[in-house]
Amino acid sequence: MKEKDSHPKRDCFLDGLEARYKVFYLPSSLVYKMTEQINKEVVASHGLTEEEFERIKTLLGRTPNITELGIFSVMWSEHCSYKSSRVHLKRLPTKGDLVVQGPGENAGIIDIGEDWSVAFKIESHNHPSFIEPYQGAATGVGGILRDIFTMGARPLAILDSLRFGSVSKPLNKRLVSGVVKGISDYGNSFGCPTIGGETVFADCYSNNPLVNVFALGLVRRDQIFLAKAGGIGNSVIYVGAKTGRDGIHGATMASAEFDESTSEKRPTVQVGDPFYEKLLLEACLEAMRTGAIVGIQDMGAAGLTSSSCEMGARAGTGIDLELSLVPQRETGMNAYEIMLSESQERMLIVAEPGRERELIEIFNKWELDAVVIGKVTSSGHLRVFHHGQLVADIPNDALTNQAPAYNRPMKEVERQHPSSEELRSSFNLEKESVSEVFHRLIRSFNLCSRRWIYQQYDHMVRTNTVVLPGSDAAVIRLKETRKAVAMTLDGNGRYCHLNPKEGAKLIIAEACRNLVVSGARPVAATNCLNFASPERPEVMWSFSQIIDGMSEACKAFNTPITGGNVSFYNETEGQGIYPTPIIGMVGIVDEIKHLTTCGFKQSGDLILVLGQTREDLGGSEYLAEIHGKVVGDAPRLDIEKEKAVQKSCLEAIQSGLVTSAHDVSDGGLLVALAESAIAIQGSTQAAAQRTKPLGAKIDLNLEKGFESGISLAAALFGESPSRIILTVKEAMAEKIEEIAQKYSVVCTRIGTVGGSEFIVSVDGQVVLKEPVLQLYNSWLTRLDEALSEQ
Amino acid sequence: MKFGVVIFPGSNCDHDTYHVVSKVIGQPVQFIWHRSTSLDDCDVVILPGGFSYGDYLRCGAIARFSPVMQAIKEFAARGGFVLGICNGFQILCESGLLPGVLLRNKDLRFICDFVSLRVEDNSSAFVGQYNKHQIIQLPIAHAEGNYFCTNDELTELERENRIVFRYCSEEGLVSSQFNPNGSISSIAGILNKEKNVLGIMPHPERISEDLLGGTDGRKLFSSLSLHIAGLEKLR
Repeated sequence: MKEKDSHPKRDCFLDGLEARYKVFYLPSSLVYKMTEQINKEVVASHGLTEEEFERIKTLLGRTPNITELGIFSVMWSEHCSYKSSRVHLKRLPTKGDLVVQGPGENAGIIDIGEDWSVAFKIESHNHPSFIEPYQGAATGVGGILRDIFTMGARPLAILDSLRFGSVSKPLNKRLVSGVVKGISDYGNSFGCPTIGGETVFADCYSNNPLVNVFALGLVRRDQIFLAKAGGIGNSVIYVGAKTGRDGIHGATMASAEFDESTSEKRPTVQVGDPFYEKLLLEACLEAMRTGAIVGIQDMGAAGLTSSSCEMGARAGTGIDLELSLVPQRETGMNAYEIMLSESQERMLIVAEPGRERELIEIFNKWELDAVVIGKVTSSGHLRVFHHGQLVADIPNDALTNQAPAYNRPMKEVERQHPSSEELRSSFNLEKESVSEVFHRLIRSFNLCSRRWIYQQYDHMVRTNTVVLPGSDAAVIRLKETRKAVAMTLDGNGRYCHLNPKEGAKLIIAEACRNLVVSGARPVAATNCLNFASPERPEVMWSFSQIIDGMSEACKAFNTPITGGNVSFYNETEGQGIYPTPIIGMVGIVDEIKHLTTCGFKQSGDLILVLGQTREDLGGSEYLAEIHGKVVGDAPRLDIEKEKAVQKSCLEAIQSGLVTSAHDVSDGGLLVALAESAIAIQGSTQAAAQRTKPLGAKIDLNLEKGFESGISLAAALFGESPSRIILTVKEAMAEKIEEIAQKYSVVCTRIGTVGGSEFIVSVDGQVVLKEPVLQLYNSWLTRLDEALSEQ
Repeated sequence: MKFGVVIFPGSNCDHDTYHVVSKVIGQPVQFIWHRSTSLDDCDVVILPGGFSYGDYLRCGAIARFSPVMQAIKEFAARGGFVLGICNGFQILCESGLLPGVLLRNKDLRFICDFVSLRVEDNSSAFVGQYNKHQIIQLPIAHAEGNYFCTNDELTELERENRIVFRYCSEEGLVSSQFNPNGSISSIAGILNKEKNVLGIMPHPERISEDLLGGTDGRKLFSSLSLHIAGLEKLR
């Protein structure tokens, strides 16, 4: 400690600035003594446990002062440190031939060929969105966009995965409207299309909405930027919006469950400004082209604190900051507030010395602040000065790599699932009720059209969207290449609740299938893991199971996880959410002509089903919506069979044989067929097809393509995985059958496209017959009606 | 012949418009920064879609004061062609180059969708390649596209054949049912008196390639380029 007592004035970057800032150096011993405020209550109010506080004291060799305590508390929060999840996340596959950048940076990057790569990531903004839906969702979009352009990539697509309680409750209606408007206003103004995602309603999300936002951007393979503070003596430049008092302790807030006082936490939600973000994007990309930037990181959760210490830790360097130089929009902010502010639209840049002016001029051109606020040092410490006074001095490593990691206790949740025999005997249906059940499903909040939502998103800006919202995956062309990129977000809380490990595998399989039916090869993924409190052993057990399932499936499909996000504490007053991992899967469409969408294209085409339908009623939308039950085991995924189905489908598409392809999932076969009949938004193939649904005549023979002795409910509404609906020109059907046979995949002809009616018969008896236009309209307007009802 | 595409800091359809002019119709095009006071030797200046200066106030209310808009006013007065798309239309109205104003959509929400439009008049340089009363499909993407003007202005617009596009059904029926945003008289695009300034709410640049679902928007750009090529020949 002794040498620290003489202030290391010489290597302080403020040399020469003393006169200007009337810097007075206190002996640094003083900072270590400013600890009188620190007591048990203060430590607890920072969300730190006693053990964690002891660990801080050991790492520092002394008691932290209040600013240091604040810095530790955000960096060691669950949100920033992944302290409960780190030990498990290690089991995920993260490497692959195409992976350029895996977890640990602002976003993952994969090589897509032709000198280009794509950066993508998903993040949650669940807690802020519950407290303040509009700003919470908006800043969620802002945060993930910054993660993408920090890597040097121009964001080209946003997808979002949303979970709410039933919209029949006014609170949830308000949340849906607020969140959708937040995403819409931010993404639309920023100029990045929101082109897909999913929205699910279930009671467990009623006080715990989930807002997960995914973004993808394009970057040249040789122009990728990393968040590393390399080069001793380099300048640390603050750019973007001014710092205010908003969002202080946002990361800590997102690391605790909610109670009745939650609305008091509103000030911890940040406020977004998409226009500023747009300026920041353009300025950053322009500044990156100068070659003067060494490292760059956005100030997201934990603001200036995380961006500085993480960049230092990655490069093994130290960082000195002078907070009086930080542009501020409020007066009298102290060091604690400046370091912990989560004001939006800010970046930290490490630049080569002597080139600061050049960079600052670019930011000024875009009317943004850009100020040198610090220097990279060899100390390995984050040293924070305020008006020349040292107010914090912490090893970067202590804040990052040495943050606590817990292997929290786990307890298996033992479920006595009713057998599929029991399910079928309790929940089967008669042919006479098929029509009614089908209509309830197609108009249920989980299966009806999402038009009310996606119409509020500009999904066409940048003119790359070649598959509009409403198909299985969102697809953008890359003008710079001959390829297109397909993306999908998938999750299934019900399956993961009933059987976490199988649930996780099913999600990965479905995500891959959604890409394959679009004509893409799945290549990599990002995940957002939404859970209740990790301090409950049952939650931790399901987390671990899900990591295992995800890991197994990602290895099998060769889709490494290149990054993501964990969100714990999604519970309010003891009521937790289903374990809800969301997967963002990215695939490459090698040639644009392979693009395929889910809507039927032409009268006379034959309808085929790849894969077999089994007695899988457990966890289905049918049981939940029609019988109000979340019971049974999740369907079993046979990974090899799934791969065979996907291979057959992709080969058929790439041979040019397929006119439409659609994954069979939520709601089962009948719902999937209806979706193909009425999905007219998905296609951009020809304007005429966008406006008219197309009928079909389906003849199901329960002896062909179905598990023998299957119940009618499972045949029509069961959710067996590994099934795809294809349509083909009649003359081509045999070729598809040959391909399926090659991979030992069951392939069944079930009907013909055409006419103005949607007609389904089972074993020769008509069970459903309806004008397709009527079906379309009742499906299309359901959400509009629900959300406009007062 | 040269096209110019203006970049306000919050423009976000600037690259899309540039792409269509340069790659799809193959004409020379340059970007023009919002602080620029000169338009070089452009024959056509396009104000693209976006959120010019954030547009937290009325859309385009700040943009009208930008240096480039002073240059554009002079350019228009000299007979130069100005095309404002979406936010560009809003800016043209705010600047007084076109009459009227664009209000919040009738249901107060942002709408991104395809709409049908009827070409009401094809006599100007912007739409020569369309047939009169042709029905076309273009995307819209706006929260403030509800065109409003006084009755006198409306009468004048109609009398002088300055209403170029109206929202309609797929069959061409104009009625409030097919009017997505509540615009007066279902107006989607209008000309100034001299017919060298066009403001249009839908996005022609988004539907100019087969890959994006159609080419109904392309003719807006090719009409202009053919018109100017014709003028150049005469010179």
